[in-house]
Amino acid sequence: MIFVTVGSQEAFDRMIRAVDEWAAQRGRRDVFAQIAAGAYKPEHIEFTDFMEPAEFKRRVAEASVVVAHAGMGTILTALEFGKPIVVLPRREHLHETRSDHQYATSKRFGSQGRVIVAESELELHAKLDAADSLAASERISSEASPELMATIRAFLNGDPQPVKNSVSKPPSSMRRSSQKGLPEEA
Amino acid sequence: MSGKPHKKRVLAVASSGGHWTQLLRIIPVFEGYEVAYVTVLPVYRSSVPKNRFYVVKDATRWNKLHMIACALQLAWIVLKERPSVVISTGAAPGYFAVILGRMFGARTIWVDSIANADHISMAGARVGRHADLWLTQWPHLARPDGPHYGGAVL
Repeated sequence: MIFVTVGSQEAFDRMIRAVDEWAAQRGRRDVFAQIAAGAYKPEHIEFTDFMEPAEFKRRVAEASVVVAHAGMGTILTALEFGKPIVVLPRREHLHETRSDHQYATSKRFGSQGRVIVAESELELHAKLDAADSLAASERISSEASPELMATIRAFLNGDPQPVKNSVSKPPSSMRRSSQKGLPEEA
Repeated sequence: MSGKPHKKRVLAVASSGGHWTQLLRIIPVFEGYEVAYVTVLPVYRSSVPKNRFYVVKDATRWNKLHMIACALQLAWIVLKERPSVVISTGAAPGYFAVILGRMFGARTIWVDSIANADHISMAGARVGRHADLWLTQWPHLARPDGPHYGGAVL
């Protein structure tokens, strides 16, 4: 089963339409979508508007592949269940989100091999064609990294500044242009 | 714990979606503390069935009325809970929780969402300097005066 989700906050019709069209073209019946009350109602796949967290987890657990917006809640849940996840990031210029943080996050997670990124509907179709051959990966731990846990634990225990080595050199590949999005400090 | 009348109180705050999912991933670190949770969706109750649990109005910077409602609700919660530590993974409710928590003597942690991979979040940029510990989850976003990098939720 392919589980498609737009997250709990806003519809994402562009992605749902692309998946619906793909399912029609390929004659796929094993697709289920959560569409968050989108205006576009799929004709070729089953769907629901919203689901409770428990059902969401069950859908992810039962899926062979998750297809989603690049929201962290969905990405983390898919990784916790070791499911391959194909993401189509919501874009600012298409008014799908108020900043391109999904695009930025998907680039970084994509380059780490944690998610498969589709940058367009056409690319999404291609990734969906390849989806059946995607293997499940190892489930990640349900806890934050030991480093973050240690940082927070030290703070809770009274350490005023648990991050000793706070200066970190940015990798040369870092895109400095991204700084333009930084809000001005008062 | 043994012999002490009260465990130290933590107020943990996150809005919906990825913010809440990230908060859930740090819950084990609160062992030994008395934790109350604040979020924006009642359905999240089931994730923390044994703790005190509050739902507040979500807010964006486009809706001033929601902002005010959210801030007032958090003021009431902070007064009632009197936490010694406030921690948030974002967004708007966490902003108010950190500011109000600090006003009432709590030590505060802001963990900027891992979704902010190219620059720190708007709320994080505004609240970070008010937090005792201001964290980003991306090493390349760390700066000497904060935000600091101290690990990530995965």
